[in-house]
Amino acid sequence: MSTGQYWLVIGGVLFVILNTAAGLIWLERRALALWQDRYGPNRAGPFGLFIVLADTIKLFFKEDWIPPFADKIVFVFAPAVVVASVLMSFTIIPFAPNVMVADLNIGLLFFLAMSSMGVYSIVLGGWASNNKYALLGAMRGASQMISYEVFMGLSLMGVVVLSGTFNLREIVEAQRGGWYILPQLIGFFIFLVAGIAETHRLPFDIPEAESELVAGFHSEYSGMKFGMFFIGEYMGITLISSMVVTLYFGGWLGPAFLPPVIWFVLKTFVFIMLFILLRASMPRPRYDQLMEYGWKILFPLSLLNLMVTAAIKLLL
Amino acid sequence: MNIAFYIAAAISIFSTVMVITRFNIMHALLYLIVSLLSVAVIFYLYGAPFMAALEVIIYAGAIMVLIIFFVMMLNLGPETTRNEKQWLKPGMWMLPALLCLILLIELAYLIAQNKAPATGITPVAPKEVGRSLFGPYILAVELSAMLLMAGIVGAYHLGRQKKKILHRFFESNAS
Repeated sequence: MSTGQYWLVIGGVLFVILNTAAGLIWLERRALALWQDRYGPNRAGPFGLFIVLADTIKLFFKEDWIPPFADKIVFVFAPAVVVASVLMSFTIIPFAPNVMVADLNIGLLFFLAMSSMGVYSIVLGGWASNNKYALLGAMRGASQMISYEVFMGLSLMGVVVLSGTFNLREIVEAQRGGWYILPQLIGFFIFLVAGIAETHRLPFDIPEAESELVAGFHSEYSGMKFGMFFIGEYMGITLISSMVVTLYFGGWLGPAFLPPVIWFVLKTFVFIMLFILLRASMPRPRYDQLMEYGWKILFPLSLLNLMVTAAIKLLL
Repeated sequence: MNIAFYIAAAISIFSTVMVITRFNIMHALLYLIVSLLSVAVIFYLYGAPFMAALEVIIYAGAIMVLIIFFVMMLNLGPETTRNEKQWLKPGMWMLPALLCLILLIELAYLIAQNKAPATGITPVAPKEVGRSLFGPYILAVELSAMLLMAGIVGAYHLGRQKKKILHRFFESNAS
């Protein structure tokens, strides 16, 4: 790849990701409305598409208020962390045979590292707000994300054992014989659950749990600082969906009548819709139930999955 | 690559100095995270990508989050910052700083002695790290696993709670 092409890929990825995240605002509202038997936003523009524009303008023009009791530097810094860490994770995802920003040989570890960096946005945002609800949300968020990171890493190791590499491009290439969803069904399930918890989406959105904690860790945020958390969440959904597709559903592989990028986008959108459907249909578990479910069911299951995969790989 | 190293090294030194001099513990911890991240960059530049990833995942991503978590629970306000300011008087850090300065001069002298700096970096792939960990160093891995196991059992023992009885009616039936 020449330097010009390289910059084009970087710019293209950034453009597509940011616009997908913005478009998801509309998609989620429409899809939620559909599943709840109402219309959703349908006034501005065709199919209500301009609500994205209206929302963005609203976010930019709201008063950007920093509470006088907050720790100002950390308060401003926290929303940037979530967006930066998610965007960094997108660098290692292969969108098509030659379309990826960084062909790292530690790609999967880089993804895990960046997702563990994402915890700081919640923790610091909640702490810097100097508000008891925000602090409670931050503490829940920290413990939830630390625990679910453990199974996330362990469930991914099944894929690593099968393909023998951390490099995501090589993992996709290794799936030419068959997608990893079949041999790694349990791993896929654990990764999906851990991914939902990592992006703190419903049903695992207890760090913000609006019915008990006002808005959780971002209670004090307004304007574009809140917008960063908002966009970061949608980018997180896109990230987890594209990771699922890359690791378990063959990435850009698919029948030749469509170009690889289209296959990747189509598969990713299936999982984005699954995320939205989960939000529409599942109740939120209690906090201790979430931790218990993680440590007592998912953790042994992911260890078992890893051991069985390794044993089968060794025998064959 | 040299420029990248010098930038990362400068950030690392600067942030480490900031860790020591900040009075607000949360700010000090944030600088510590930056310091760990810059060390990870140096690891990556000098052919240890696996170490770099582990540095970020384990140190910056897990251990520091836990420390921040506990600091958050302690709820240290401006009062602690005032206390810290009182404790850190010039008389306290003068002598250690002097000793460190001597060590620094010694280190600089030793580096200057080594005329041929190490060139030709060979990147170590994750697979090779795994091979050597579970090959020649298997004993060390097993020993550290035992240590961690002891830690987990100890933590469980300390954190174990007796079953809570919600109502006195159940007291006679319980146990």
